[in-house]
Amino acid sequence: MRAIFWKELGDHFGKRRFNLMLGLVLVGVVWAMFVDKEAMVTRGTGAFYLDLFTTTEGVPLSLLQFLSFFGPIIGITLGFDSINSERTQGTLSRILAQPVYRDSVYNGKFLAGLFTLTIVVFSLGIAAVGVAMFRYGLPPSGDEVLRLIGFGSITIAFLAFWLALAMTASIFLRNAVASALVSIGLWIGISFFIVFAATTIADRIVPDVEDFEDQSRHANVQLWVGRVSPERLYSEATGTLLDPIRGRFLSSFGVTEERLEGLLSSPVPASQSLLLVWPHIVVILAMIASLMSVSYVRFMREEIRS
Amino acid sequence: MSELLVEATGLVKAYGDFLAVDGLDLRLSEGEVYGFLGPNGSGKSTTILMMLGLTEPTAGAVKVVGHNPTREPLEVKRQVGYLPESVGFYSDMSGRSNLLYTADLNNMRLADAKVRIDELLGMVELADAMNQPVGQYSRGMRQRLGLADVLLKRPRVIILDDPTLGLDPTGIQWLLGIIEELSSNQGISVFLSSHQLHEVQQVCHRVGIMSHGKIVLEGTVAELTEQTASGGFGLVLEVLGGGDELMTTLTALPSVTACNRVGNEIVLQSGADVRAQATSAVIASGASLLGASSENRTLEEIYLRYFAGQES
Repeated sequence: MRAIFWKELGDHFGKRRFNLMLGLVLVGVVWAMFVDKEAMVTRGTGAFYLDLFTTTEGVPLSLLQFLSFFGPIIGITLGFDSINSERTQGTLSRILAQPVYRDSVYNGKFLAGLFTLTIVVFSLGIAAVGVAMFRYGLPPSGDEVLRLIGFGSITIAFLAFWLALAMTASIFLRNAVASALVSIGLWIGISFFIVFAATTIADRIVPDVEDFEDQSRHANVQLWVGRVSPERLYSEATGTLLDPIRGRFLSSFGVTEERLEGLLSSPVPASQSLLLVWPHIVVILAMIASLMSVSYVRFMREEIRS
Repeated sequence: MSELLVEATGLVKAYGDFLAVDGLDLRLSEGEVYGFLGPNGSGKSTTILMMLGLTEPTAGAVKVVGHNPTREPLEVKRQVGYLPESVGFYSDMSGRSNLLYTADLNNMRLADAKVRIDELLGMVELADAMNQPVGQYSRGMRQRLGLADVLLKRPRVIILDDPTLGLDPTGIQWLLGIIEELSSNQGISVFLSSHQLHEVQQVCHRVGIMSHGKIVLEGTVAELTEQTASGGFGLVLEVLGGGDELMTTLTALPSVTACNRVGNEIVLQSGADVRAQATSAVIASGASLLGASSENRTLEEIYLRYFAGQES
């Protein structure tokens, strides 16, 4: 597995993909440069380094939105041709004729992808924070650092889900183009379609909304259906982690922004927010694990023809 | 008795209702070159995949270097080299780095691997091209790189799936030379599949001929020739004159099993070579011998007869 890991890692940092990753780190730098400093100081939560990732002042979309939108594409890029390209090249049967287990091939590739994602996400984050430090002239607090590390870890888990999804597609589909298209299709379906589906399902289950009780049930159904999507889990978890004031709530159901402002104006410590999002992390990891087991079942007993 | 390196008993592989391999028995001893012959689609590659654990047998058992390839794949793959039908390499990497990766997968130490790779690349005459990306290699060069890749781990058995496919005649001769030298000097057993009998028969100690998932003939090339010559040797004599007396004399020759006359042609079947006795008997009888031809079939003819209408 060691050999496969290093070979794949080398491939990820090879010519073309390396440029892509360098581009991503530059995004962090550029964002941190253009974020509106004044707006953050006057209207922000007071935690500059968290606001840096959520604010849309001065930039077209927040870094968090950027990550939740383009992150899946990065994960898919790293995985969609991992197994089937070996198959088309005829290298798979040669590799599997060497003394390595089949799961080592899969695991080596997955870990190399995961490691690459880790490097990219943390480089982006550190670059952004670094530039911001230069502009604000004050260091992030310990609480902020903790929250940022948590945020980074959830981001990596989120991207790893898409990596695992694309790798699964690359096992089931012999053609790299088909696998890329299916992965992207699933991404659109899971990320955007679920939102509409959640509303429809909630309308069916709770047809008449008359009092607050019904409204809360409706919202609850919608919320739980939506949580099928890792996208939803990711935005809930990051929203909680990156906002120390809202950080004591998971979702905004029944609690509007105005109510929040009136009710809670004191921030909670990072550990409390992390406790709240712990289930989200576990669920994303479980999703990754189930994708991997589907891949294993298929890949372990499959016939490998040259 | 030398050790059995490959032993298959009652091997079956079914794809749905179709039996690709149907109750195959196979043995490969140490130092032996076994030619596994058959037309395309007769189940040769499937058998090889089962020997390497790349697919699971439906029934029956196969043992390679004493291990079950499905249950203990690593033990098998440590000692067996496999050259797939169309061997693939990472085309953006050089020939040498492709081999270094294989060495790494085999847990070879880097220093040892480098020495071994240079030695092998010299042997397969790729020393000049070793730093070129494999994408620029010709078919023959890839095949030679494949051979180096197979030998890298110092295997006891090498399994070559149709290695002569797409090679030019010089390439084939070169490859056969290497196979001969590997088996006689280094004691490596070679399991060689091919659908071109005449190309490989010169190096094979034993051949097995596959048809519809079964071995229909097996033995040394000489044995097979005897086995299939429908009762031994055939001799056709063209004779002018000579009556029943000649026929009696010919039938009485040792080991003759059949003697028939149609017009001027006498067809003799015998268990041994009787050309000398038969022709002198014709002349002694006073008849004129116009011609004589041996009906001895080459293995190639046998092969073609088995696969008439099957081979594309």
